[in-house]
Amino acid sequence: MFITNYIKNVFGAVKSLAVGMKRTGYYFTHHKEIITEQYPDNRDTLVLADRFKGEVVMPHNENNEHRCTGCTACELACPNGTIKVVTKFDITPEGKKKKAVDKLVYHLELCTMCNLCVVACPSDAIKMAPTFEHSVFDRSQLTKVLNQPGSKIMDGVE
Amino acid sequence: MLSFSQIASDVDQWLHKVCSPTWALVFEMVIIGVSVIGLFAVLGLVLVLMERRVAAWMQIRLGPNRVGPQGLLQSLADTLKLLVKEGMTPGGSDKFLFNLAPFIAMIAAMLLMAPIAFASNFQIWNINIGVLYVSAVSSLSVIGILMAGWASNNKYSLMGAMRSGAQIVSYELSAGLSILTIVVLSGNLGLNDIVLSQKDGWWIFKGHIPAIIAFIIFMIAVTAETNRAPFDLAEAESELTAGFHTEYSGMKFALFFLAEYINVFIVCAIGATLFLGGWMPFHIGNLEGFNHVMDYIPSSIWFFGKTFFLIFLIMWFRWTFPRLRIDQLLNLEWKYLLPISMFNIILVTVVAIMKWYF
Amino acid sequence: MFEEIGTTAEGDLQINVGPQHPATHGVLHLVLTLNGETIKKVEPHLGYIHRSIEKMCESLTYRQFSYVTSRMDYLSSHINNNACALIVEKGLQVDVPERAKVIRVIIDELTRIASHELWWGAMAMDLGAFTPFFHAFRERETINEIMEETCGARLTMNYIVPGGLMMDIHPNFQKKVKSFIQLFRSKFDEYNELVTGNIIFQNRMKGVGVLSPEDAISYGCTGPAARGSGVKCDIRKLYPYEIYDKVQFDEVLETGCDSFARYMVRLKEMLESIKIIEQLIDNIPEGEFQAKTKAVLKLPKGEFYQRVETARGELGVYIVSEGGTTPYRIKYRSPGFSNLSALDHMARGSKLGDLIAMMGTLDLVIPDIDR
Repeated sequence: MFITNYIKNVFGAVKSLAVGMKRTGYYFTHHKEIITEQYPDNRDTLVLADRFKGEVVMPHNENNEHRCTGCTACELACPNGTIKVVTKFDITPEGKKKKAVDKLVYHLELCTMCNLCVVACPSDAIKMAPTFEHSVFDRSQLTKVLNQPGSKIMDGVE
Repeated sequence: MLSFSQIASDVDQWLHKVCSPTWALVFEMVIIGVSVIGLFAVLGLVLVLMERRVAAWMQIRLGPNRVGPQGLLQSLADTLKLLVKEGMTPGGSDKFLFNLAPFIAMIAAMLLMAPIAFASNFQIWNINIGVLYVSAVSSLSVIGILMAGWASNNKYSLMGAMRSGAQIVSYELSAGLSILTIVVLSGNLGLNDIVLSQKDGWWIFKGHIPAIIAFIIFMIAVTAETNRAPFDLAEAESELTAGFHTEYSGMKFALFFLAEYINVFIVCAIGATLFLGGWMPFHIGNLEGFNHVMDYIPSSIWFFGKTFFLIFLIMWFRWTFPRLRIDQLLNLEWKYLLPISMFNIILVTVVAIMKWYF
Repeated sequence: MFEEIGTTAEGDLQINVGPQHPATHGVLHLVLTLNGETIKKVEPHLGYIHRSIEKMCESLTYRQFSYVTSRMDYLSSHINNNACALIVEKGLQVDVPERAKVIRVIIDELTRIASHELWWGAMAMDLGAFTPFFHAFRERETINEIMEETCGARLTMNYIVPGGLMMDIHPNFQKKVKSFIQLFRSKFDEYNELVTGNIIFQNRMKGVGVLSPEDAISYGCTGPAARGSGVKCDIRKLYPYEIYDKVQFDEVLETGCDSFARYMVRLKEMLESIKIIEQLIDNIPEGEFQAKTKAVLKLPKGEFYQRVETARGELGVYIVSEGGTTPYRIKYRSPGFSNLSALDHMARGSKLGDLIAMMGTLDLVIPDIDR
């Protein structure tokens, strides 16, 4: 029957629209479902995953010592030339010359946070830090020296 | 009690006291003009904010909440931004028509304000063919859109304008027919008389099923006529970037934007007037106490409450449904809405002749 | 540029959709020839986001090159990485520990759900419904949080590396995935309520963008775009990798050949992915997450090919090795490129609005097409 089909079509269509409107109406009235994060306001309570790859850092202990031997494994592992290791020669107490890191230059603006340098490091000297607010007004500020000034290698790290 | 009609008549008497009738008329016209523009601005701000809030809550977001308390000043900030923006006129466009189009759209919306009864005895122009005036003037808005689309010298704009032309011309029919239902039932063409005819109950209740069908068709048709989603083919963001106002920026864009919201307000006001009793309070049969409480609520609140309810309904449509295709849009009108409204008008005529309504 | 097309008749309208257009999801550029609203011809112009990833990979070592592939089809970055890891493992004949294999499959399927989720929202937005986009992102966010916790990133993770995984899963991984499955199942009906059942949506999709099985094969369509035409092309079934031959799941096939069929394939695929994850999440074997490999990887001389099923279809990686530390030549067969080539055939004779719906159902990711 043409007429019954026509009427059925109209009612089916209206019903399908009503179902959708019921769903949006539900969310309109249930404000508990809102998922917006008010980011700059909730900065204090914001919890980032501890593995989050924000930038590469070099942890130092309280005596301003790090674990980097200057072996350039990270530099070799990096696909983008983000890390540049500048080495120097330290004189050990025995009077021998020993290769050590002078500056570990890290270009944050080139980094893709692929974690390959961290995996490549044989002495766990570098790691990823869960920071993400990296914006600066001048890109030269994105080039960082990871070892702190005056720092030296930890005892027992070869 | 302080009411709009009281204020209006006080101002009228005062003007007649201090100056000659001619000047009084001139001053009154100026006051009306200024207050209509003021109402436009306020409505624009309120409706934009309302739309953004409704959208946000349906989309499980918060919506504007930074400027002012609860984000209430957000649309004011947006207006400021639009005012200071450069209004570009693209090269190769018809400069005169391009700059004229937003004003045409605006004026068409403004003219529609005249016959609406905002409160009891408060109406700019109590014209006795109000309904006819409304359906005649509301089709003018398409001229602004066509002009904008043609003058922009942009293919997207042109396509948007052509779609809008086809759409508004077709949907005028079923909007007109569903308005006619109420005219048949009430036997009046003036908007205030239609409101007065609903003293003992709104037409949507009194008119049985035909009135409800007419109301549904009216809502669909006016959503299409004001180019709102799911019938926003003239803008169709994902297809035509922004349709007829692709090339507009700054305040010229804002005027189009404002005209859209004002049109929504006006069609909802007319819907409220025709079907939901306008400024008439909600009355139930012989419940004297209840009716008395309802009468105590000012008539302007009744009017704006009903209008905003209908506006919310249209916003609800927009944030739920996908957009129709152009041929489906015309199919819906010519194969479904128009036959149903025609059948409905026969039905309602029978109801009116036999006096089956309450 | 316009003179080349040469098929335009008097009164035809040529219109540029893109490279900046809300519906092209990036920088795809389509030159349309229109007759009124009806499409006469679609000509895609590519190259706006060409980053020469294939050439770049030639200068990177076998440990380094897989991270670049996350940037191709960024929505199925894990699956791209998996293809690269698999081809290197194939060349080196490394046995990957069972634990790594299982985790890889779970992560791949999570990626597929996340990708389809985004597609669902974006496609609804193409059709003019904005609300589903945000609803889809709510569930996608849960997956992103799982990824963030385990892999340390949300989009380009570089978690699956040659030899296994970059690091072990986070202790919360299993718990969070299970709660995600629960959440997803509870919210899945909403997708049907909001979009699938909607009469406007069905009218926009049914009978639109018809791609017959023969055409799908001859254009080289893969993934949901071909399965919507009933072509069996799921690499997970045809050429099982990892442990796809040991898990129970159905290849979703629809015979409608239209946009709605492709839509339903993706929607049902999400449920199939959930089924795979449910089978594996409690059965992650103990053991190493990475095979012992040398510090410097060198593929033997020869040619290698590996295909995987990404969220968009078949991704092929082809490597020619000269025995050095870097590939001599690398070639990616990306699903998006082949799927896009069918667009002209599908779109001819339909309306402009339909084109947007078709592009939506093909699920185009532009960096995947251009590479």
